[in-house]
Amino acid sequence: MAKRSAPGPLEYLRRWPLQLWLAGVGIFLYAPLVALMVFSFNDSRRNIVWQGFTLKYYEKALNNASLIEAFVNSLTIAAVSTFLSLILGALAALALWRFRFPGKAGFDGALALPIVAPEICLGVAMLVFFAKVLPWPQGLPWPLNLGAIIIAHVSFSFPFVAVVVRARMASFNRELEEAARDLGASEWRTLKDVILPHMAPSLIAGAFLAFTLSLDDFVITFFTSGPDTVTFPVKVYSMVRFSVTPEVNAASTILIVLTVVLTAIALKVQGDPASTAGGHAALDRPKNRP
Amino acid sequence: MSKPIITFENVTKRFGRMVAVDNVSLTIDEGEFFCLLGPSGCGKTTLLRMLAGFETPTEGRILIDGQDISNVPPNRRPVNMVFQSYAVFPHMSVADNVAYGLKIDRVPAAERDRRVEEALELVQLGGLGSRKPDQLSGGQRQRVALARALIKRPRVLLLDEPLSALDAKLRDQMRTELCTLQETVGITFIMVTHDQDEALALASRCAVMNRGLLQQVATPNDLYEFPGSRFVADFIGSVNLFEGVLAVDEQDQAVVRSPELPADIYLDHGVTGGRGATVWAALRPEKIELHKYTPGQPPPVLDDSPAGSNLVRGVIRHESYLGSESTYDVEIAGGRRVRVLRSNLTRWDQEDFALGEEVWLGWHACSPAVLLN
Repeated sequence: MAKRSAPGPLEYLRRWPLQLWLAGVGIFLYAPLVALMVFSFNDSRRNIVWQGFTLKYYEKALNNASLIEAFVNSLTIAAVSTFLSLILGALAALALWRFRFPGKAGFDGALALPIVAPEICLGVAMLVFFAKVLPWPQGLPWPLNLGAIIIAHVSFSFPFVAVVVRARMASFNRELEEAARDLGASEWRTLKDVILPHMAPSLIAGAFLAFTLSLDDFVITFFTSGPDTVTFPVKVYSMVRFSVTPEVNAASTILIVLTVVLTAIALKVQGDPASTAGGHAALDRPKNRP
Repeated sequence: MSKPIITFENVTKRFGRMVAVDNVSLTIDEGEFFCLLGPSGCGKTTLLRMLAGFETPTEGRILIDGQDISNVPPNRRPVNMVFQSYAVFPHMSVADNVAYGLKIDRVPAAERDRRVEEALELVQLGGLGSRKPDQLSGGQRQRVALARALIKRPRVLLLDEPLSALDAKLRDQMRTELCTLQETVGITFIMVTHDQDEALALASRCAVMNRGLLQQVATPNDLYEFPGSRFVADFIGSVNLFEGVLAVDEQDQAVVRSPELPADIYLDHGVTGGRGATVWAALRPEKIELHKYTPGQPPPVLDDSPAGSNLVRGVIRHESYLGSESTYDVEIAGGRRVRVLRSNLTRWDQEDFALGEEVWLGWHACSPAVLLN
């Protein structure tokens, strides 16, 4: 047997400490998810010991009308709040990138507040807000009854979009904008032809952030949802209060698979990150940038 | 004969307290290759950007073809610009970049395609229309920027430091091409540059700026040989400046006496300074001749200057061999160093000067320029 050469000075991956570390990280990250998925096929009501393979809990989950309703609610809220967050976030980022105005520093700081503030505080704040300041009318037809939750979700997800878009715009060469203007484009045309294409990767990234944040938010939603507006996380919580049945596992597995597939599609759409995320900075030497 | 196309009338631009352009009045004629030259921060780019419409003058007016364009937005001006970074749209193909201006003007597709092809041929990018900008070299991207601006058939083409990002060899080549291009299309070019070689090589006329003020507007030849001020003399090329007093100032001769120079500077023409005025004599390094010094031998004879003037002794302190020429730093009595440039006319049998060797420096009576400020 040929003897393997000793690891080179920078080949940390071939030495045991880093290998052990990586194995540890992998286990902590993925073992719970794998366990959840595996036990969704467990033929046991109590779901503590492996009894045998079955798909019946998937059938049960898919036939659980209230679970499906919660799932549809969640997707609807996520889609609408993502759309609104994209618009608000991109506009906020553009304003901060492009203009100087009184109170800009304050606005900048306030924008980060929903990112750093504890969710429980935001949740309570939303509860008070919708109870006292802007009571969302009860008994509206679907999907208008989700309005309060959507507003709450937009308020905490659009700052994330703004941060991502703004970071992207930092690598924008202002001369591109001037070139478009010089060639006859109006302000709107410039936005559409030059600024938006540069912004696009950050809009996709921001959309995914906003969608995911909205889809799995529990705390804030819990404080703003009513009895007829239950979302998936809230529903799962109410189910596990009685017992962790494989049905919950099955529903969660479906959600995980859905998320993974969506992320994979997004990465594919975005293409090679090196060529889209500021890859042209070296070509177009940005001028007059702080 | 030549018609003015652009007029700056007492244009001033302030950014807060900073005066970027200070009361500039300037006329540029149709068909000129005009260079705005100056050190960085002198206001030349601001002047160009006011012409393009990206800045508005604080005071004064800018006229194109006699029309005040101060309030016309950049997309409605009959000028187009080649940007310093080229600003080629990275997400569009070369052909789409070049076609962009025509698309906005709603030029029919068939004519558009024909003109794009023409424009690409003009800048020698024929056949590269389907490439993306990141598949092009720096020089090719610049050609795209040129084609994109020229395709709109502007009255004036503005170029903002177009050659500064290219390497030396390519810069040289693009210089020639820019010149040919301008002759081909016959459009007025206005170019901003801090590179005096570039300006001298390309321009039909040059404006030298410093600290927002227009210093001198002249042809490259006049700028070099007849600089109007010490700043211009020093900025264009290299120069030896001697501060002195006008000792003689007559119709056909003048003498400058400088404490830094053991000999008088004799000129075969008069100066409009008046006797006793403080002046600066500017002497270009290539206009000084080096002669061997041999102890006991008489100095070389200058046929156009009286004895005792235009001739000083010195010691070679430094030599830089530059291939086509060599520069020498020669220390004269009093410690002042004078720069001398000598062409290397032959390969090896030219008279050689060693470090520490004593030499004579001499120049013709028509060589020094006398500057009053």
